[in-house]
Amino acid sequence: MIPVFESWGMTPEWAWFVSTIAGILLIALPLMLAVAMVIYADRKIWAAMALRRGPNVVGPFGLLQSFADGLKVFLQETIIPSASNKGLFLIAPIVTFTVALMAWAVIPFNSGAVLADINVGLLYILAISSLGVYGVVVSGWASNSKYPFFSAMRAAAQMISYEVSIGFILICVVLWAGSFNMNAIIEAQRGHGLGIVNGFVFNLLLFPMWVMFLISSLAETARAPFDLTEAESELVAGYQTEYSSMSFALFWLGEYANVLLMCALNAILFFGGWLPPLDWAPLYWIPGWIWFFAKILFFFFVFSWVKATVPRYRYDQLLMRLGWKVFLPLSLVFVVLISGWLMATRYDPIGRREVVYGKITLCQHEFDQRLSVDLRLPQCPERETAR
Amino acid sequence: MIQLLAFYLFAALVIAAGAFTILARNPVHSVLWLIVAFFNAAGLMVIVGAEFIAMLLVIVYVGAVAVLFLFVVMMLDIDFAELRAGFIKNFPLGILIAVVLLAELVLGIGAYRAGALELGTPDGTGASLVGRSNIESIGALLYGRYLFLFETAGIILLVALIGAIVLTHRGARAVRGQQNVARQNARKPSEATVNTQPEVGQGVSL
Repeated sequence: MIPVFESWGMTPEWAWFVSTIAGILLIALPLMLAVAMVIYADRKIWAAMALRRGPNVVGPFGLLQSFADGLKVFLQETIIPSASNKGLFLIAPIVTFTVALMAWAVIPFNSGAVLADINVGLLYILAISSLGVYGVVVSGWASNSKYPFFSAMRAAAQMISYEVSIGFILICVVLWAGSFNMNAIIEAQRGHGLGIVNGFVFNLLLFPMWVMFLISSLAETARAPFDLTEAESELVAGYQTEYSSMSFALFWLGEYANVLLMCALNAILFFGGWLPPLDWAPLYWIPGWIWFFAKILFFFFVFSWVKATVPRYRYDQLLMRLGWKVFLPLSLVFVVLISGWLMATRYDPIGRREVVYGKITLCQHEFDQRLSVDLRLPQCPERETAR
Repeated sequence: MIQLLAFYLFAALVIAAGAFTILARNPVHSVLWLIVAFFNAAGLMVIVGAEFIAMLLVIVYVGAVAVLFLFVVMMLDIDFAELRAGFIKNFPLGILIAVVLLAELVLGIGAYRAGALELGTPDGTGASLVGRSNIESIGALLYGRYLFLFETAGIILLVALIGAIVLTHRGARAVRGQQNVARQNARKPSEATVNTQPEVGQGVSL
């Protein structure tokens, strides 16, 4: 986008500034619209699975339901409990909402269509998603009320437990792709399965990782079987109990933006992101972002489906058993398995095979030499005395 | 220009957040200010070009360590009257620490006025390599040159981890609350319920 603005007679600095702002708006505004429509879709899917009609009054097929809700919430009074910690009480929903938007900066929508193409993209996602828990924890504490506080405690424990296994799953993907950059990870999936199917999920070693990632992403976003933070039978409405009007709506929006983000991550890490499902020329005629959005919507359907069908986990089962006793050891074992497999097939510890070094391919000993020269390592002391 | 602005922004915020961490009356506010400080320190790392370290700082300290701090601090039952009650008792200790800090400050300023240490000019060995991300550089060093030290550090941490579990583990098994999930799942209604049709007034034996 920068060359366009430069051709309009801007200096490079201004062109960079304006194009970055434009990029942020281009992601954030459609995302808000998508969140509104996705809330509608969620309610419709849920209703259909329960043999109900769902929202059908506002607009054609009830399409404008979310906007009506938004207007209602906007006109409501913001109630701040007198015993609450006012500053933190108001900051918490803002944190949730902002953090949910921040992670989208590194999501590639098409080949090269990404706001920040940084080479630690996946780590950035992990870092930002670990911030998301603060909105919940701070809101629970600042409300100065019992049920929100229980909810905050649960949220803190839940996020930490599932982030550990998500971290290991991401490491498996990164090991296979050989990069933390989101675009590079997608490119590595081109023709991955039998030379024709795009996506890491068609890999016997990575498929279990995907299943675990899907479940962990449900837990990370506190969606249906794992929505212990807002378990209405135990905690009223969890951390949102004391919130009203826009501060409540910000939680709502942030939550669904996070769900969409996790759907996007499922699509990017295991289903080839903006690549078509098959590595076959006619499929590339459809633009990449359409494939990407189709995959996101598919995963969103899966999320709603799970929400509509699966009962809530019991608290001790969820955290202690599934998180720590099942997912953590299993993902750890798979990190070892996958790195072992890659060492055996792709890399060569002894030095017979060739090693890719930047853009060129070298023998192992040449690679070692280059590396020590490149890193400007000091010579070994023995050699210095010998000289 | 923008780097300079960003540096002063992040640096000022780190210092301000650090100051508020120790000035805040409420421990929860302290932890939250600490998180702000961590976050801005990560921003400083990005400016230096160490984006990997920056992300690790956020993931490890903000994402895990500070959440645990917050977890513990939030559950404290803070009684401010009680906090002030120990003031007289701890006053000498506080004075002692203040004197030590003051002495360090005077020494530091004095040493600085006497002329800075001769550190030598950088010879470029610390500069990052062109065309290599710092993940690759750190990986090449950790898994090549410093492999032994790195693995040793890992084993020490593992031992510490196991040690912590062993120290806190109660020797005897808990009397209550032992559940066998596999057995619970394998249980069928036919094993758990009996359908009887007792005579009127007879009742059932349990």
